[in-house]
Amino acid sequence: MDALMNLWAWLGENLLIVQILIKIVVIVAPLMLCVAYFTYAERKIIGYMQVRIGPNRVGPKGWLQPIADAVKLMFKEIVIPSGANKILFLIAPILTLGPALAAWAVFPFGDGMVLADINAALLYVLALTSVGVYGVIIAGWASNSKYAFLGAMRSAAQIVSYEIAMGFALVGVLVAAGSLNLGEIVRAQAGEAGLFNWFWLPLLPLFLIYFISGVAETNRAPFDVAEGESEIVAGFHVEYSGMPFAVFFLGEYANMILVSALTVIFFLGGWLSPFLGWPVIGPLFDWVPGFVWLFLKTAFVGFFFLWLRATFPRYRYDQIMRLGWKVFIPITIVWILVVGLAVVYQLPWWFD
Amino acid sequence: MKALSNYFKSLFLLELFRGLSVTGRYLFRKKVTVQYPEERAPMSPRFRGLHAQRRYENGEERCIACKLCEAVCPALAITIEAEEREDGSRRTTRYDIDLFKCIFCGYCQESCPVDAIVETRIYEYHFENREDAIMTKEKLLAIGDKHEHQIAADIAAQAKYR
Repeated sequence: MDALMNLWAWLGENLLIVQILIKIVVIVAPLMLCVAYFTYAERKIIGYMQVRIGPNRVGPKGWLQPIADAVKLMFKEIVIPSGANKILFLIAPILTLGPALAAWAVFPFGDGMVLADINAALLYVLALTSVGVYGVIIAGWASNSKYAFLGAMRSAAQIVSYEIAMGFALVGVLVAAGSLNLGEIVRAQAGEAGLFNWFWLPLLPLFLIYFISGVAETNRAPFDVAEGESEIVAGFHVEYSGMPFAVFFLGEYANMILVSALTVIFFLGGWLSPFLGWPVIGPLFDWVPGFVWLFLKTAFVGFFFLWLRATFPRYRYDQIMRLGWKVFIPITIVWILVVGLAVVYQLPWWFD
Repeated sequence: MKALSNYFKSLFLLELFRGLSVTGRYLFRKKVTVQYPEERAPMSPRFRGLHAQRRYENGEERCIACKLCEAVCPALAITIEAEEREDGSRRTTRYDIDLFKCIFCGYCQESCPVDAIVETRIYEYHFENREDAIMTKEKLLAIGDKHEHQIAADIAAQAKYR
């Protein structure tokens, strides 16, 4: 164990890049596993909500289903349409998956457990989640297909609209936390009252708006007009097959996990125990490491993505635009004002 | 006033939360899935599956080539040719059902005056060649011979509703 720690320290001094690469693998490998099993969870949960039992044939209780899916997709032919722009066509899926993974670089998994502890973390995350839409737009354009193009157009307009509401919701968070560093944002939510100290309570409207915008950002139901299988077949990825399609799929689910995890960081106290500072119950959970709480909370928020999909029909396009521009943006602006006043006058109970 | 209350209803997502609560409750409902190869759904004696031709107990085929089934068949799936047999009785020389055309309406069984053509409970079958989908007289009789017991029981079970 000591030798291992020494080696680790030596790596940090002499071969920093190797150390960082190891850290990246340690983050990305479990993440990809989570993505795989998130698809399984989706099929199971939506199945259960529709009074079915979902996949249960591959492996015990269907646990090997995502692996079977992955293997199937890997062996499928990659069809590139004759009129497609070959390079852009293949870059597009990478452009959706890449940012969804890169954003985890600044993500704090526990107190100090972060790959890059930078102070502009929130801006970095905001920038990277916006890059994801380029994948969709490029895919739609490069496919040389009308359906794909329509999907890309819808997606572009939708994501641009919801980015604003999302950004404003985050302004509220950083006014309340006083920092752009994700670790600092979580630390600002620590307090005597445990889960009632987290930002979800004082920033409730922003919390809901952030989450709903996140659903819209990731093109998930009920905001999945970019796919809209009943209207435009599969939207931006109609022409994709085999591995490029799988990468799109991974990107979508990685994005969902990212948005859930960020919601947890911004509003649900990140790695903090929900019983922090409570008498009796609080110390009882002291032994639970932070990332376990983080994982549980992320799973909880992720469950909502699936719940929404199982419940709501797709929004009509003009309703999406109305919701984004005429409802979310005014509410966020008003609530930023409220939070600003609360912070300036140090109102109880969160800002004193 | 109504508009105002509607506005707040939609602003606070009341209807949406109600929808979520419905699906949330269904998450814990008993599942209705029938795990097909291991479990099977219950089947009525009137089930209309693969066709069969029956015989009398003495081994004589029931069909008398009256061609009522051919006439009633809405999909024109049945083709019958008939001739006089050596002993002078009227019998089919050809009785084909094209399963690609058949819609399994059961009119043939309904119209048959001698209960010769019936639809059985068999629903798991496949063809490997297109011509296999034509059920010839021999095939129909073979199915009838094999499942006569079940067929007779089913006909007896529904006799009082006919």
